[in-house]
Amino acid sequence: MSLLSVRDLSVKFAMRDNTVTALNQISFDLCKGERLGIVGESGAGKSITGFALMNLLSRPGYIDGGKIQFLGDDITQMPEAKMRNIRGNEMAMIFQDPMVTLNPVLTIGQQMVETLMAHRKLSKAEAEQIAIVKLREVYIPSPEERLDQYPHELSGGMRQRIIIAIALLLDPQLIIADEPTTALDVTIQADIMELLLELCESNKVGLILITHDLGVVSQMTERTLVMYAGRIIESGRTREIINDPQHPYTQGLINALPQQTKPGQRLKQIPGNMPSLTAIPPGCPFSPRCEYAQDRCLTEAPKPVQYTHVEVACHEVNRLHSDKAEEMN
Amino acid sequence: MTTPQSLLRIHNLEKRFELDRGFLETLKLKGGKLVQEKREVHAVNNISLEVAPGEALCVVGESGCGKSTVARLIAGLLTPSAGEIHYDGERIDNRSRRALMPLRKKMQMIFQNPYASLNPRMTIQQALEEPVRYHNPGLSKGEVRDKVAEVMRSVGVDPSWAGRYPHEFSGGQRQRIAIARALTVDPEFIIADEPISALDVSIQAQVLNLMLEAKDERGLTYLFITHDLSVVQHFGTKVAVLYLGSVCELSDTATLFENPKHPYTRALLSAVPQLKDDHPNHIRLRGEIPTPINLPQGCPFESRCAHANSRCQSEKPRPQLHPDGALVACHAVEEGRLDG
Repeated sequence: MSLLSVRDLSVKFAMRDNTVTALNQISFDLCKGERLGIVGESGAGKSITGFALMNLLSRPGYIDGGKIQFLGDDITQMPEAKMRNIRGNEMAMIFQDPMVTLNPVLTIGQQMVETLMAHRKLSKAEAEQIAIVKLREVYIPSPEERLDQYPHELSGGMRQRIIIAIALLLDPQLIIADEPTTALDVTIQADIMELLLELCESNKVGLILITHDLGVVSQMTERTLVMYAGRIIESGRTREIINDPQHPYTQGLINALPQQTKPGQRLKQIPGNMPSLTAIPPGCPFSPRCEYAQDRCLTEAPKPVQYTHVEVACHEVNRLHSDKAEEMN
Repeated sequence: MTTPQSLLRIHNLEKRFELDRGFLETLKLKGGKLVQEKREVHAVNNISLEVAPGEALCVVGESGCGKSTVARLIAGLLTPSAGEIHYDGERIDNRSRRALMPLRKKMQMIFQNPYASLNPRMTIQQALEEPVRYHNPGLSKGEVRDKVAEVMRSVGVDPSWAGRYPHEFSGGQRQRIAIARALTVDPEFIIADEPISALDVSIQAQVLNLMLEAKDERGLTYLFITHDLSVVQHFGTKVAVLYLGSVCELSDTATLFENPKHPYTRALLSAVPQLKDDHPNHIRLRGEIPTPINLPQGCPFESRCAHANSRCQSEKPRPQLHPDGALVACHAVEEGRLDG
């Protein structure tokens, strides 16, 4: 059953002289307990997607059209009071920097109890008991003592574990994690990712993992969306996207990784930069950086079409594919 | 182990930062008594490294392991607490700022954040001209301008943009300009402190390619500080793995990736998320990095190591040379306890 269904979602930002499109008619689905990765470089619209799903966009950003169906209700039309009830209860968000997300002047216990009591009719003692159980679930040593500690007394990895415990407090159906380990060291990142995977699987929680790291997506998710300049340019099963990407941008992104080239040799780089949102080229947004671009790509924006096992938004995908087949022969 | 041909040689380098400055801060209340105590952060402990001309030595480790401190010590931006730094056969760690000047022409540094390392109120032309003029006072205006244009072309930034300010460029372009600024004085040695970690994946490849090109064309020697092991494998000829201010393992890049020996190196390698590996075999480390204020008496990695025993707790391991050229500081490796 579908937990989340996004259709033609557009987000715009009203600037002083004009309006910029941050998300351009994106559509995707998420089943119960499914793990979805959203990858792309900075400015691709990954984080905006997360904020839009939580209905947390604030001015000058606004949802310009489209639907977000979550458990049958359209979030875009929902009154704020009802949305507040859904946030935390049904869907929770984990951000990049745990030091910014936690309130520095409240103890861990106060922050957890506050969240619980805002949503449930519980006594303080009952709320503390739940908090201790959740802290134990994320492998925090001696959780009873942690309740009285302040965020600055804990290490970065420990803080991010507490953020995960807070996100899980009310047993949500969906967790949106926006670059949850980017601020952490690799060994701690591996720990946190393992924990997140384990908790999502055992509690049947859906996960949307927003990241720029293809390695993380490959290990954590079942399906992947690749975003570029506010659009979804490729989507499908993670394994298939990593092993056989179809869009020239996805191919470029994977080929640019140092492990794809012999040590010391020139890396395969994508020329140019991601366009700024105020100057997205007409037609396909990737066309100025694309070696396969034709006249049509410069004028007409490609729509996502099913191609072999993935959905790709590229006019030239057929030609690309036959080129690749030739190379193989 | 002194080889005359090494360009840079660090010997038993140490750096401690005082936490309690001034008399009042050193006073602490302990058990009802007022005692005087000075706390220090032991950022770098007894590190010895050598870099030969044309090499690219990568220093890897997690945050707080002292890798940036090592870079700053070598560049002369910090003064070591103990130990020696030799460049091209001459000792440089005890020189005055003035005496370091001729060295700065040979040794340049590239920083992590190109938003912070370029002066926002100087045009690119001004920013690039400054070091050329400073180090080559004899050059005419035209010659300086030609030099700047040549370097800008070599890093792939159009010289006609020289009149622009840093904010008009993207992050990748800014880092190219920062690299150009380092290259304007024709250095022989470049210290790069996380030069690509603030950049996007597709831009990282561009900047890394540029640095490889500069290495081949100008015969540069690099000291490359990074936390990203895939970059190390690609860029480095030698790798030093740092943990809590000490070197755990030092070896050729190929050797390190084929046959990592130190338990920390192994854990670090296994923690990198792989693109095509379905069954990650991640070695889980216990706990987290201890604080460098009170260093453990024995091996710095002991508190998180699965192979630690009582000897590791009490005695600091010394680096041992292995047949394949790797230097490893670990009792368990030395005693052959690891693979048994």
